[in-house]
Amino acid sequence: MSVRHALLALLSDGPKFGLQLRQDFEARTGEVWPLNVGQVYTTLQRLERDGLVAGEDADDDLADGGPRKHFHITPAGEVELGHWLRTPPDLSSPPRDELVIKVLVAVQVAGVDVHEVIQVHRRYVVELMQQWTRLKADATTADEDLGFALAVDAELFRLDSVVRWLDAAEGRLRRRPVDVAAAPATPRTAAPLPMPAPRRRTGLRR
Amino acid sequence: MSMLEMRQVTKRYGHGPTEVNALRGVDLCVDPGELVAVMGPSGSGKSSLLTIAGSLEAPTSGEVFVGGADLLAMSRNETARLRRRSIGYVFQDFNLLAGLTAAENVALPLELDGTSVKVARRAAMLALGELGLDDKASRFPDQLSGGERQRVAVARAVVGDRRLLLADEPSGALDSENGEAVMRLVRAACSRGVAGVVVTHDAQLASWADRVIFLRDGRVADSTAAVPGPESLLTGGRPS
Repeated sequence: MSVRHALLALLSDGPKFGLQLRQDFEARTGEVWPLNVGQVYTTLQRLERDGLVAGEDADDDLADGGPRKHFHITPAGEVELGHWLRTPPDLSSPPRDELVIKVLVAVQVAGVDVHEVIQVHRRYVVELMQQWTRLKADATTADEDLGFALAVDAELFRLDSVVRWLDAAEGRLRRRPVDVAAAPATPRTAAPLPMPAPRRRTGLRR
Repeated sequence: MSMLEMRQVTKRYGHGPTEVNALRGVDLCVDPGELVAVMGPSGSGKSSLLTIAGSLEAPTSGEVFVGGADLLAMSRNETARLRRRSIGYVFQDFNLLAGLTAAENVALPLELDGTSVKVARRAAMLALGELGLDDKASRFPDQLSGGERQRVAVARAVVGDRRLLLADEPSGALDSENGEAVMRLVRAACSRGVAGVVVTHDAQLASWADRVIFLRDGRVADSTAAVPGPESLLTGGRPS
């Protein structure tokens, strides 16, 4: 999530104070992504340094006597925002997914029931999905916040894909069981785990 | 008292080399107002569990109680009456009668049970209205979209005084928006006190349930814990 570009987006519909930006950010993302106010001001300083936003002292002062500053997006900021929105994120490299790694390792370790490992993860993910769905169910159509609904859907589809992969992995393992008893008890250093090597280390997400 | 209680239910099909053990000692209780999802891959016994719970077929052994009544101790007529009055079914392919309008489809189980046509139609219109389908009551199934057909099927399943709702992949043929609409209706029925069982391989659909049980090779392999408050998702903080 790019806080930098999210702030530019919020400023694109008019000048705002830093605190207001934080409130708007959380409201637009359904409060799913909390943001601390320090992060907002640090990012604003960088945006100002890069000429993407401009800050001006407001007429009213803060409680400590210092001037309040409100920020507006510059033409360069609008160009940057448009460019960012139309540039797909880098999804070309597989993420370093700990859950996938655990299942791949479980296949190789003697004495570990990989189906049990899969089920532990499936149950955990489904329980998370129940919580997200409960959130969605509790939001009535009348008061549904669009940003919140989209964020919850995104999380549900992401978790759903995890369950689908676990189901597919289990099916594949049932069709072609791994004979771990026949495998050497100690890991073979010459034969690494069958994991696809990421093409670019810098491309790893998370 | 549980609305549905299954005790050590087994189901065996075939004999000798073709024998298939679809269910192997399944215990399941569903309380009024509770929605339980049963997840499992094809062949895990999901559909057998649902048809036995709904008295559409008998178990090989074990006990099944609906609303406290022992299904195995009932005559055929008594189980047929129980199905008409207390149990509603929703199937993936809707199973609406093509020659009847939406209202007639919904009213049919009541009419079969001896309710007058007038009273049955009134109940059907009420059920359709609760699902936002008042204006579709006189349409035939082929004049309705897939989502509307499934909503009519849900209306038929909850019309009258049904206490147990059994659904087999109820949103399997629908897009995600219509699937969600159907699950909201099932959830709403449960909040009115109906006990619901949904069998599915779809985790998004199952996540509407209060409890999810996982079937593997005819056995209950696992189940989710009680759903914690959703606020736990929002207070932990997420990476920004």
